[in-house]
Amino acid sequence: MAEVLVLVDHVDGMVRKTTLEMLTIARRLGEPSAVFIGAGLDAAKEVLAQYGAEKLYGFESADYDDYVVAPKAEVLAQLVTSASPAAVLMTSSPEGKEIAGRLSIKTESGLITDAVDVQAGEGGAVRTTQSVFAGGYTVQATVTKGTPIITVKPNSVAPEAVSGAAVEQAVEVSISEGAKGARITDRKPRAATGRPELTEAAIVVSGGRGTAGDFSKIEEFADSLGAAVGASRAAVDAGWYPHTSQIGQTGKEVSPQLYVAAGISGAIQHRAGMQTSKTIIAINKDEEAPIFELVDFGVVGDLFKVLPQATEAVNKAKG
Amino acid sequence: MNIVVCIKYVPDAQAELTFNASDNTTDRLGVEGLLSELDEYAIEAGLKLAEAAAGGVAENTVTVLTVGPDKAADAIKKALQMGAHAGVHVSDEAIHGSDAAATSLILAEAVKKIGSPDLILTGMASTDGSMGVVPAMLAERLGLPQVTLAAELTVDGGTVIIRRDGDTASVTITASLPALVSVTDQINEPRYPSFKGIMAAKKKPVETWSLADLGLDAGSVGLAAAWTKVESFTKRPPRAKGQIVTDEGDGGTQLAEFLTTHKFV
Ligand SMILES: Cc1cc2nc3c(=O)[nH]c(=O)nc-3n(C[C@H](O)[C@H](O)[C@H](O)COP(=O)(O)OP(=O)(O)OC[C@H]3O[C@@H](n4cnc5c(N)ncnc54)[C@H](O)[C@@H]3O)c2cc1C
Ligand SMILES: Cc1cc2nc3c(=O)[nH]c(=O)nc-3n(C[C@H](O)[C@H](O)[C@H](O)COP(=O)(O)OP(=O)(O)OC[C@H]3O[C@@H](n4cnc5c(N)ncnc54)[C@H](O)[C@@H]3O)c2cc1C
Repeated sequence: MAEVLVLVDHVDGMVRKTTLEMLTIARRLGEPSAVFIGAGLDAAKEVLAQYGAEKLYGFESADYDDYVVAPKAEVLAQLVTSASPAAVLMTSSPEGKEIAGRLSIKTESGLITDAVDVQAGEGGAVRTTQSVFAGGYTVQATVTKGTPIITVKPNSVAPEAVSGAAVEQAVEVSISEGAKGARITDRKPRAATGRPELTEAAIVVSGGRGTAGDFSKIEEFADSLGAAVGASRAAVDAGWYPHTSQIGQTGKEVSPQLYVAAGISGAIQHRAGMQTSKTIIAINKDEEAPIFELVDFGVVGDLFKVLPQATEAVNKAKG
Repeated sequence: MNIVVCIKYVPDAQAELTFNASDNTTDRLGVEGLLSELDEYAIEAGLKLAEAAAGGVAENTVTVLTVGPDKAADAIKKALQMGAHAGVHVSDEAIHGSDAAATSLILAEAVKKIGSPDLILTGMASTDGSMGVVPAMLAERLGLPQVTLAAELTVDGGTVIIRRDGDTASVTITASLPALVSVTDQINEPRYPSFKGIMAAKKKPVETWSLADLGLDAGSVGLAAAWTKVESFTKRPPRAKGQIVTDEGDGGTQLAEFLTTHKFV
């Protein structure tokens, strides 16, 4: 069976859940091989084996973390040549997409981004599902040239633990000088919020202009559910919440089990980032707000009254 | 400094977007189109750099480049009204149905024909396909460093410096010119065309190139040459109408009940 390369999405060896989802998808298409690039390989090995990586290509060097995208694309291009994989999977994050873009040109291979599902089709062809035009359409696509390169949206499948051999492969790669053209020269780490990462979270609670700048009720409700906190662009532009928490076309795309929008009207650009959520709840003063067209459950009311009451009830139910 | 800004003409996001049933491509003719809003930030960034550089707009040029149908000329017009110096429109029947790889090929050849710019600017993603990959593909084809998703951009001599706000850190990225830079909607506030700008735009040069002008074979782009294929599309069924309650003092309790019933608690 052919290998399927999965580019490990990690932060200093802390493997992100999306990687485990991709390993699960890779098993449908062939034998999963994890490709780890950057620092922290040792910390990652165990979980990669637990989720079915048969092979492990490790390229451990802090150097990779100092350059933007291009060196990682070179590593993958060399592996595509040596391993002839059935497909290459990576996360549909800005970085994942850019690596995929460069890899696509280097290997003359078709690229599909933002897949929400990937299946083995007839004759082994890789068949993807995308949700496009702000969730209005579902598209099935295939790659017709080269090695299918697919970026997969987080939360697309439930990761399944299956033990893999994770046999380490020694492969020499070379990185060109040209790939080192864009350098990271300074890094200001963000303070951790203690809440789950937005794109990985099972539940996301977001606030908009309706919060009038007070996110405390949003955060308390989110914490009662162990949720991540998001924001509309109006809230971000007003400086109430950081841009990295923005949900939508120019922010993050999330597809959690549950999305709660409080004081958000539901503009098309916001929908583009949350419409694929499994269950949607809205709290809004205005019963005409377009967000109510999407909801499974909605409360017409003041978020400052509804959320604290709900938070208390949830905390009580948890005991 | 010579700056090229890549701009895309897209169907209006407020319109009902759909596909052509005959070949599964995006319907770009049946709906109103416009300059992709996210590319306005790239145009503004280019204009600001030209204005700030030694010699100002008299010596630093901003050329906008688009690949698209006849109506894409509207996107160029808007950019010229904002203040860009010149426009290049690559238009050819054979381009219809091009995928991201083919689009980047056409852009790369057009950039070479324009001359070797010091800086290529793009938006963060289009508002229709919204793949966010064309900038990386273009950089790869031109052998340039990519300095992407800039929330802040400065050019200092032969060096470009950006700030990118990532999930775990805010980073500074540096590269030597020539380079490709993509910008986010956090970078600036795009200007509106002034009356003077609108009048001046009428006299600005716009070139229209075919694939042959770029030395590209019609068979190398378009639907038939695409590396990906849309097999089918289905309109998502409208979501079943949910339960909506009006808060009469117990809205929060009802919300919590919904969460418990559906096992979110
Ligand atoms: C190119 C482009 C990209 C964009 N990208 C994004 C994006 O990525 N993400 C995004 O979110 N937007 C994006 N936008 C902006 C988008 O069009 C909307 O302007 C934005 O989503 C509005 O945010 P909002 O819903 O918080 O505010 P509003 O539309 O002002 O809605 C506020 C809502 O809060 C309700 N409300 C007020 N007070 C209360 C209360 N006490 N209790 C309950 N409800 C209350 C109101 O009834 C109203 O419905 C983009 C726009 C453009 C042009
Ligand atoms: C819903 C949908 C899904 C698609 N999925 C795929 C897919 O999975 N794989 C695939 O290969 N193709 C796909 N396509 C086709 C692809 O979107 C287009 O071919 C497009 O040319 C390139 O991608 P983009 O619009 O997403 O650009 P992006 O990569 O999002 O564009 C980023 C920037 O590149 C520049 N740019 C992009 N296009 C042009 C242009 N025509 N002229 C000038 N500058 C430009 C702009 O500065 C823009 O801001 C899809 C199209 C649609 C509508």
